[in-house]
Amino acid sequence: MNQIEITLNGQPRSISGVLPHTTLLGWLRSQGLTGSKEGCAEGECGACAVLLSKPTAEGGTRLESVNGCLLLLAGLHGQEVTTVEGIGVEGLGSPLALHPVQSELAVRGGSQCGYCTPGFVVSMAAEYYRPERQASQHSNGFELDAIHGNLCRCTGYRPIRDAAQALGQPAEGDRIAERLTRPAPLPRPTELITSSGHFHRPETLEDALHLLDQLPDARILAGGTDWGVDVNLKHARAAVTVAVEHLPELGRLEWTPEHLELGAGLSLSELERRLAGAVPLLHTWFPQFASRLIRNRATLGGNLGTASPIGDSPPVLLALGASVLLISSQGEREVPLDGYFTGYRQTVRRPGELIRAVRIPLPLAPVTGFYKIAKRPLDDISSVAVAFALSLEGGVVSGVKIGLGGVAATPIRAHETEAALVGQPWTQGTVQRAARLLKREGTPQDDHRASGAYRAAMLEQTLLKFYFEQTGAEVTA
Amino acid sequence: MTSLHERPAVGAVGEAIVHESAALHVTGAALYTDDLGVKMTGLLHAWPLQAGHAHARLTRLDTAPSLKVPGVVRVLTAADVPGLNDAGVKGDEPLLMGEDGPGEVMFHGQAVCWVLAESEDAARLGAEAIVAEYEALPSIVTLREAIDQESFQGSRPTLRRGDVAAGLAQAAHVFSGEFECGGQEHFYLETNAALAHIDESGQMFVQSSTQHPSETQEIVAHALGLPSHAVTVQCLRMGGGFGGKEMQPHGYAAIAALGATLTGRPVRLRLNRTQDLTLTGKRHPYLARWTAGFDDAGKLLALEAELYSDGGWSLDLSEPVMARTLCHIENAYFIPHVRVRGTVCRTNKTSQTAFRGFGGPQGMLIVEDLLSRCAPRLGLEAEELRRRNFYAPGQTTPYGQPVKDADRILTVWDTLLSSSDYAARQAEISTFNAAHPYRKRGLAVTPVKFGISFNFTSYNQAGALVHVYKDGSVLINHGGTEMGQGLHTKMLQVAATALGVPMSAVRLAPTRTDKVPNTSATAASSGADLNGGAVKDACGQIRGRLAAVAAGRLGVHPDDVRFEAGSVFALGHPETSLDFAKLVHHAYMERTQLWAAGFYRTPGLHWDREAMQGEPFKYFAYGASVSEVEVDGFSGAYRLRRVDILHDVGDSLSPLIDLGQIEGGFVQGAGWLTLEDLRWDVTDGPNRGRLATPSASTYKLPSFGEMPEVFNVELLERATETGVVYGSKAVGEPPLMLAISVREALRAAVMAFGPPGRSVELASPATPEAVFWALDAARNAMLAQAVAADD
Repeated sequence: MNQIEITLNGQPRSISGVLPHTTLLGWLRSQGLTGSKEGCAEGECGACAVLLSKPTAEGGTRLESVNGCLLLLAGLHGQEVTTVEGIGVEGLGSPLALHPVQSELAVRGGSQCGYCTPGFVVSMAAEYYRPERQASQHSNGFELDAIHGNLCRCTGYRPIRDAAQALGQPAEGDRIAERLTRPAPLPRPTELITSSGHFHRPETLEDALHLLDQLPDARILAGGTDWGVDVNLKHARAAVTVAVEHLPELGRLEWTPEHLELGAGLSLSELERRLAGAVPLLHTWFPQFASRLIRNRATLGGNLGTASPIGDSPPVLLALGASVLLISSQGEREVPLDGYFTGYRQTVRRPGELIRAVRIPLPLAPVTGFYKIAKRPLDDISSVAVAFALSLEGGVVSGVKIGLGGVAATPIRAHETEAALVGQPWTQGTVQRAARLLKREGTPQDDHRASGAYRAAMLEQTLLKFYFEQTGAEVTA
Repeated sequence: MTSLHERPAVGAVGEAIVHESAALHVTGAALYTDDLGVKMTGLLHAWPLQAGHAHARLTRLDTAPSLKVPGVVRVLTAADVPGLNDAGVKGDEPLLMGEDGPGEVMFHGQAVCWVLAESEDAARLGAEAIVAEYEALPSIVTLREAIDQESFQGSRPTLRRGDVAAGLAQAAHVFSGEFECGGQEHFYLETNAALAHIDESGQMFVQSSTQHPSETQEIVAHALGLPSHAVTVQCLRMGGGFGGKEMQPHGYAAIAALGATLTGRPVRLRLNRTQDLTLTGKRHPYLARWTAGFDDAGKLLALEAELYSDGGWSLDLSEPVMARTLCHIENAYFIPHVRVRGTVCRTNKTSQTAFRGFGGPQGMLIVEDLLSRCAPRLGLEAEELRRRNFYAPGQTTPYGQPVKDADRILTVWDTLLSSSDYAARQAEISTFNAAHPYRKRGLAVTPVKFGISFNFTSYNQAGALVHVYKDGSVLINHGGTEMGQGLHTKMLQVAATALGVPMSAVRLAPTRTDKVPNTSATAASSGADLNGGAVKDACGQIRGRLAAVAAGRLGVHPDDVRFEAGSVFALGHPETSLDFAKLVHHAYMERTQLWAAGFYRTPGLHWDREAMQGEPFKYFAYGASVSEVEVDGFSGAYRLRRVDILHDVGDSLSPLIDLGQIEGGFVQGAGWLTLEDLRWDVTDGPNRGRLATPSASTYKLPSFGEMPEVFNVELLERATETGVVYGSKAVGEPPLMLAISVREALRAAVMAFGPPGRSVELASPATPEAVFWALDAARNAMLAQAVAADD
């Protein structure tokens, strides 16, 4: 095949000349749809945001705001995309026919230079139509989290916030709301063969594993929030890309008496929705992971697959005692996450293996905490991330797991500190001693995000903070 | 003829209207420079070869392999430049390098040459194929290295008043200190972009995202060896500028224009974010060493200081930036004896440039930091020390300018302290802090006094071109550029008011050098003052001619003809109303000139930059802000709980626009002072001099989370600024410095972790890590005191 078919602003488009690394943003702009902007090309600023139609359980469509700069066009075969040009009341991008999101932003001074504005419009539109959004007496139900992944350099955000909070509900006969009552098209199997590389979206897991068997060096693609950055900023190119996030086996969320299994291809937003707070540590963690724009695409499989030492999921998953299910044409194996990372961006995953799911043993430790140390509380990369999961029996620590990120070449467990806590009374003295040990875990380095000394200090301080938050008792370093 | 500041009873100025392009912004229909190339055929894309050395000699440059890359059309090197091979106005910024020179790499990432190709990918691969060899040279990367090695550039002016030695000798308290603050990346969402082609008349037509189209035109012309009349530069709008597009765009426009000249095809040059961050200049970092003397009442008697700015590899605007620092070193405070010398350091980094405030913020930050550090040692609250030192009416600045409306400093201060409930909140915060061992709140108030006008007197001029067509519709054009600040909106309001027509009758055409020539940069907050003066002048000329025509028909003296909202009538007789369009038609039939060129030059300015004396500013913009923060003692992380601002914009031309400038400037300033952290590789390793934060993921600007949770902004009332268009004041830069109160609130919170009365030093930017180390030191001092008490 040499055509990628998508629905764009309601119209079917059949696109030729697509390469495996052609981004949606690059293609849109080449077509004269220049409302979507490139501000950073790495999913940090949201100026490129577009709406991707996703199916709901009820047979309708949910609009998700995603970074167009990170989406590969080939990965969208079969899907539906709406850009800022498709949001206006007439769907023509006409200034005379503003959508409520557009008019609220405009009249409140929500745009100055205007360059980030289309991205804000798109992210706000996704939230405007979010099926779960419900107005109450005090609020229109708009979660500002929806626009935390959009940067504005001019306004200072206040008028944008006010615009978001002034929005009502879609009117009777709203064109987009009406569209959302019908199903979203699904990604279709894709086999794009070009001189610049191949792009596959296999139909079944079996096909995928067969492909990976034959092409063990293939780039496995889920949400693409990391690969897209490499394509744009490092100009990385893959001979073969295999997209897997659509596979049903990677999209399950299952509770058994012994464990909770999270599909590696589920987006973090979907996980967050479906877990609905059932795992408190994850519930605390989700909002601190990048931004909604990223979480709409990012997956656990991707975060563990790239194996970055500052990935945000490993510390919480280590604290939860998770394991990774790796599947290949030879079968499936379960690897404890504690033994999964072998070096800087190295893991035990073998060529041809795919991360199918993450398994969290039950019951969950009752006392948990997650601390992310970064320059900016929202949408930043960790300098240090620490997760605690603790069990107490009669005031004594009966079990504890501590996951650390940002202090070694891989995410690590703080085994020494854990050992010093287990069997000890959960007291200031114990915590003080353990915090001193925790400060010495790992090999924190200096870099542009933080000094090694600060990272080490933060290891100590987070345990003190965790204790203080749990007990209200003061404890000094 | 009314005076410049007087407003008619009815008119569009002063109305809170939205940005003229708001509807285009929100629909994605607003076009920026890089949106235009798509529609061109035969478009070529440009990509630079960037050198990977902080300082090196280019020993070999072989471009032949590049030309073998499919799609590559041409490589531009120094040998291709027909005119002057320079991207700036100081003659120290080679546009292109070549084998036969110039061949000295002055910073890591400097563009050596540019590849033109059919696609961006092909151009990039073409650049990768070039063979370039370098001989590494010793480099200077930090400000301290430059000071130690006396690596200086440009003049070293000294600001002087009185006798510092005598002042210090008289002083009851003398303190010395050092302070260093970081730079700031503009991070306009739209990176630098230019699009050049030879138009149907054979002239070079360049679309550029530039704050200074006339200078872009001059540099394109000198690079191509053409007279200025052969080059037209247009700027539709910018996706943010903040000073970063005052000087920096010229070279990129010149490269695109050179490419278009040599290939005969349109050339698009757009820096991606990494290129923009690694190639273009930023706010200057500063280092200050000071000695200050106070009397027993806490009055400043003398200030002696050596200031060093990190200018990067070339001069660019570093000298005028330093001049503005010296002119703001005293902020709102009277200091009788002053000697402050400013030195621009040359380092192997990007050439630092204009950034909102233009050196003023650094000067003001130095004195505010100084006051907060000295206050505990004088036994005073910081806000009390500030109040005691405010300028009083009749006093002059160290550079000899009377402080016009100095009483407004105290008016603003007291009004804000009252409206923000400062004293009561201070008490609440003390109670809160006593009850919370790990969370401390801090409250602080700081003032702003900012001089308005370009220090360089000649720049304080502007032009406009106003056309009234036979149907009564109006087209205006002026020399200012639109970067989001709302200048075009204000100019539409000025024109509608001056002609007495509704806003809908007026349209504004894009900024072009063939419409209004010899324009100044849209900078120094001066856009509305200067261009507004010129637009009003042009409209006034046309209106005067129309009044003469109307007077004949209405049977009154021309002075008694009134123009309001599209109606023209005799004073006191609105029933005599003539439709504006009808009047225009009559005027045309009577052979009346219906267009005019307007001009404005700010009166009363003079400046001696050698002596650092004169009256460089038309007036001062005043303001003050109160910030409240809460600091987490475990991590140093903080929240900005509440901000109250009272700011003086004169009589606002456009209140919604001005509110946006104040809020946006404040948050941008808070970013500079608390979050934005440019890091360079200062090791002796292979990447020495490389920018370690070359992306949005490593350089963090304020996001939603940095917005003040409560944000109250008020404009000072009854603030008419005489001598400025419709009584308004400039607003672009001054609010940025209001953010100094955030830093001071953080310091106040840190103080609460330590023993009372302890002076706190805080690094700038005050990142969570910097705040943590400051509070860690405060806590240790507290422990040490407790231990000492036990002994």
